[in-house]
Amino acid sequence: MPANDAATSQDPLPAPGSNAPLAIQVEDLHKAFRIPTHRVDSFKERVVRPFAARDYRELRALDGISFEIRQGEFFGIVGRNGSGKSTLLKLLASIYRADAGTIRMAGRLAPFIELGVGFNVELTARENVVLNGVMMGLTPQETRSRLDAVIEFAELDDFVDLKLKNYSSGMLVRLAFSLMMEVDADILLIDEVLAVGDAAFQQKCDDAFHKMKSAGKTIVLVTHEMATVEEYCHRAMLIRDGHIDHIGDPAEVGRRYLRLNFDRGAPGPQTHDGGSEEIRVLDAHVENEQGERTDTIEHGSPIRLRLELEAKRDLPGLDVGFIVANADGVGVSQFGMPVGEGDARAIAAGQRVRIESTLANPLAAGRYFVHCGINRAFAGGIALYVPNALDFVVFGGPTNSGIIALPHESAGTIESEGKA
Amino acid sequence: MSEAGAARPLRDVRGPSALGGGSRRFFDLLWLTSVTEFKRVYFGTVLGYLWSLIRPLMLFGVLLFVFTQVFKIGSDLVVHYPVFLLLGIVLFTFFQESTTNSVTAVVAQEGVVRKTQFPRLVIPISTVLTGAFNFGLNLVVVFAFVFAFGVDPTWTWLLFPFALALLFVFTAAISMALSVLYVRFRDVAIIWTVLAQVLFYATPILYPVNFKPEGDYEHLLMINPLAVIFEQVRIWILAEPEAPTITEAAGGWLGLLPAAAIFLAACAFGAWVFNREAPRIAEDL
Repeated sequence: MPANDAATSQDPLPAPGSNAPLAIQVEDLHKAFRIPTHRVDSFKERVVRPFAARDYRELRALDGISFEIRQGEFFGIVGRNGSGKSTLLKLLASIYRADAGTIRMAGRLAPFIELGVGFNVELTARENVVLNGVMMGLTPQETRSRLDAVIEFAELDDFVDLKLKNYSSGMLVRLAFSLMMEVDADILLIDEVLAVGDAAFQQKCDDAFHKMKSAGKTIVLVTHEMATVEEYCHRAMLIRDGHIDHIGDPAEVGRRYLRLNFDRGAPGPQTHDGGSEEIRVLDAHVENEQGERTDTIEHGSPIRLRLELEAKRDLPGLDVGFIVANADGVGVSQFGMPVGEGDARAIAAGQRVRIESTLANPLAAGRYFVHCGINRAFAGGIALYVPNALDFVVFGGPTNSGIIALPHESAGTIESEGKA
Repeated sequence: MSEAGAARPLRDVRGPSALGGGSRRFFDLLWLTSVTEFKRVYFGTVLGYLWSLIRPLMLFGVLLFVFTQVFKIGSDLVVHYPVFLLLGIVLFTFFQESTTNSVTAVVAQEGVVRKTQFPRLVIPISTVLTGAFNFGLNLVVVFAFVFAFGVDPTWTWLLFPFALALLFVFTAAISMALSVLYVRFRDVAIIWTVLAQVLFYATPILYPVNFKPEGDYEHLLMINPLAVIFEQVRIWILAEPEAPTITEAAGGWLGLLPAAAIFLAACAFGAWVFNREAPRIAEDL
C-alpha cells in the first residue's frame, strides 16, 4: 500500500453496519433537461417564431437512479463531467426538482455546492453567515451565536464587516466551508471542495472532516479526486451517463472511474499532414499490448508507438528518434533507431517505412506527448521534425507524484545494537 | 453528537418551491433579507436614507410648481393640493420601486438560488417589504406635511392601514409575476418601465379623479385598482367633503367591479405563475 494511503488504516471509525438507520433513500430518480436548440429569451422571438421554443432536445441527466446511504456514512459520488453527478447533488439539495422518483432524507441538510453556499456579494460576511444559517434551518438566534465560531474557523476576524464582493476567492471558499461545518447539519452535501485555502487551512479542513466523520455525520461528497474518495469514503458510487455504473468499495469505484476516464475506446485512424520535401507521415498512432489502437494505457503495460512514413524522393538513409515528454513539457526519455540494416539503408521515392517501438511503462499517471525527429543518415541534418506526433495518457499506478515509478527493492530495518 | 446513534425519521424531499420548508423559516428569512437589504441601502451610500426621500420630494417640488403655478389644475379642485400630491407620489413610489426592483430580484440573487434551498417566495416579497420600510419612513414626512397644511385628523385615519394592506397585496402580486417572468423573458424589464409610467398618469396623483365635471373619465379611471385605492386614501386622510367617494367616481357599485376583477386577477396570476415557475428557477437561470 502506498504511503499516502496510510490514513485509511489509521482511521478509527469503521463503516456503519447494514442495520444502521437510513439517512438518504433515493428511488428511481429521473431528471431530464430541455435544451432548446434555439433559445427564446424575448417576447419578440416568441411572437415571430411561436413554435421555436418547441425545438429542443432532451438531455437525460439522471435515468432511474436508486441507492441508499446510511446514517454516519461517508459516501462518495464520482463520475465524469456530464455524467449527472452534479444534477444528483442538486436534486438532493432541493435546488432542482425531480421529474420522477422519490428522495427521502432524515434530518437537516447543509449543501456546499460549486465551491460555496448562497452568498450575496453585496452583503457583509456577518450578514451572509446569518442569512445562510437560517436557510440551512437554524433559527436567527442560533446562527448569531455561531457567527464567531464560523469567522474564527475561516480566519476572517478582520474582515467580518467587509462586503463579500471585496473578498478573494480563497476567503469566500473558507467562509463557506466554515459555515457548512458550523451549522451542525445531520447531512452534508459537498461538491468539489477539499482543496480550499493554503496548506494550514487544508489541514484544518482535514481535521474537521475526520471530526465530523467520527461524530457520525452523514457526508455525501462529489469529487474528481480519487485519492480523496479512497481516503475518506466508506462507500462510493460511480455514475455514468445518468446510470449507476458501480456502487460499493471506494477502491473498486476508483479503478473503474480511472478506466472510464481514460479508456475512450479506439480512436479513429489518425492522418498526419505533417511532411517535408523528403518525407510524408502516413500514419502515427499508439497501440496497447494487445495491438489495439488506443491513447490510454494502464501503468505498467507496455506502450507501442507506430509510425508509417513515405519517402518523397530517393534517400540514402534515415534515423528516427523519439522524445517522450510529460504534460509539463519535461522530457522523460529519448531514444532512436536507424531505418534498415547494414548496407540496405537506401530508400527509393515512394517507398514506405514502418517504425515500431515498444516501451516499458514505468510512467506516472498523466498525459504524455511524443515528439518525432527524422534525421538524414550519412548526410546529416533533420529531414522532418513532428512535435507532438503522438500523445497518450497513462492511468493507474502506485504513485501520484514524481515522473516515473522506479522499480525498487527497499527495506526498513531497526538495528538491534546501538552504535558507540 | 449525542444524537448520532438516534434514528431520525426519513422525510420526503420535494425540491424547491414557492413556499415550503416551514412557515417559521419563511418568515425568519423574509424578515432577515428585508432588514438586511434595507440596511444595505440605508447605510450603503453617503446620504443613505435621504436619497429615498429626496427622490419623491424632488418630484413633488417640480410637480407642485407645474400644477399650481403653470397649469393651476390642482388648487382649484383640491383643498389641500400639495398634501394630496405628496401623498399620491409617496404611495406610487412604493408601488413603482417595489415592482421595479422585483423585476431583477431573482436574477440578482442567482448565486443564492443556484446553491441553496429556501422558499423562493422570499425573494419578491422581501423586495416589497424593503420598499414598505422605505415607504413607512416617507410617511413620516407626509404626515408632517399633513399637519403643516392644517389637515385635521379624523377617525377615518384609522382605516388608512386597510388601504395600505390592499396596496401591499397588489404590489406583491405584480412583483411575484415580474420576478419569475424576467428569468425567462428579459424584455419584462423594459415593458414594465413603460407600463409603470403609464400607470403613474392613469392614477389620480397629479389630478383629482373628478378633474372634469362630466364624469366619463372618472368611470374609466376607476377601472385601475390603484386609482380606487388612491382615491379611498384621499377620502380617508384628507377628509374633503366635496371629493367623490369611490362609488360615486365609479358610477355605482357595479362600476367598481372591473377594478376588483383586475385586482383579483393580478393576485391569482402572480400566485399561479410564481408557483409554477418556482421549482424551475434554478434551472432556467
